[in-house]
Amino acid sequence: MPADHYKEFALRTLRLAACALMFAGGQSAWAEGQPASDPGLAPTVAADLALEADVMELSHKLRCLVCQNQSIAESNAPLAVDLRDQVREQLAAGNSKQDVIDYVVARYGDFVLYQPPFRASTAVLWVGPALLLFGGAGWLAWRLRRRQEEVAADHGLSAAERERARVLLAGADEAAPKSESPESRS
Amino acid sequence: MKAKFLVPLLLFFALAAFLGFGLTLNPREVPSPLIGKPAPEFTLARLDQPEQRFALEEMRGEVWLLNVWASWCVACREEHPVLVRMAQQKLVPIVGLNYKEVRGDGALNVRGMALDTETDLAIQRARRWLTDHGDPYVLSVLDIDGRVGIDFGVYGVPETFLIDREGKIRYKHIGPITPEVLKQVLLPKIEEVRRAG
Repeated sequence: MPADHYKEFALRTLRLAACALMFAGGQSAWAEGQPASDPGLAPTVAADLALEADVMELSHKLRCLVCQNQSIAESNAPLAVDLRDQVREQLAAGNSKQDVIDYVVARYGDFVLYQPPFRASTAVLWVGPALLLFGGAGWLAWRLRRRQEEVAADHGLSAAERERARVLLAGADEAAPKSESPESRS
Repeated sequence: MKAKFLVPLLLFFALAAFLGFGLTLNPREVPSPLIGKPAPEFTLARLDQPEQRFALEEMRGEVWLLNVWASWCVACREEHPVLVRMAQQKLVPIVGLNYKEVRGDGALNVRGMALDTETDLAIQRARRWLTDHGDPYVLSVLDIDGRVGIDFGVYGVPETFLIDREGKIRYKHIGPITPEVLKQVLLPKIEEVRRAG
């Protein structure tokens, strides 16, 4: 496997370039309403454009097992090409999209799906972010409210303290100028 | 709560533990959904006698390995001596699934090649490879277009499937079988499957 890794790595750059070319070529061909017939572009493009659109739609939902971060629509790895051919063949044979997805999942597992199904094993994946968001928001709200209460409680003064504060505040106004007059000291 | 200031540190350790565990996993090893299920049925031409076909039922009643290989596969070179030694010691029968011998080779352009020509070329290349490196297989079959490979969920070569007496897949090893893998993983698994009946 490691040796394949290196080969894979070297090929990936080429593939990206090839993909870009194919994309550009495919686009113009599609715009003319013609399937790409130049063998240098896409090797197996169905003559039926509606079918091809379905093939691409499905291919975008399926992960390429070799590149892993590309869908089989994006990847030009041999396995991705094989799988695209399988998708095309099965759709052409009249199978539903779900049939085709089931076919691939039966062989390669849920990992091939970019949108994994909701199961006990994937519950954390699906529910986790929402739990974190609402849990975090709830915790924050609780903290803020408690802090407000704490602040309010800290500033609650007893009747004696309130009185003293009133005297001090009132006294400060009158006492300040007084303290400056020399007579008051004697 | 005197130790409140420790909370971020503990959270950090928890996160580090999760991430550290993640580093020990190999994302390229995708668990096969076929484990515990009957191996997909197939009949393919044999490499030694291409006019004859091999079917899965022929191995019924045996615990055996299905090893996916190709002469263009670099990692197969690493595991091949191990397979040859396994065969010499008669540890377990190994059936070879020669996967896309010709069209899997990135160095070859097979566009427009007739299937017969491709099959002949595949036979020639595969036989030469087994002559040069030793043939550990009870027999090999030719999966020219890789269709059987897809049925087995093959996404890289080499891969090895452990199949029990009833034809159920019990284990899948992705990547080359090294002497360590053989000793620590594969042989215990084979023993387990044999004991299970």
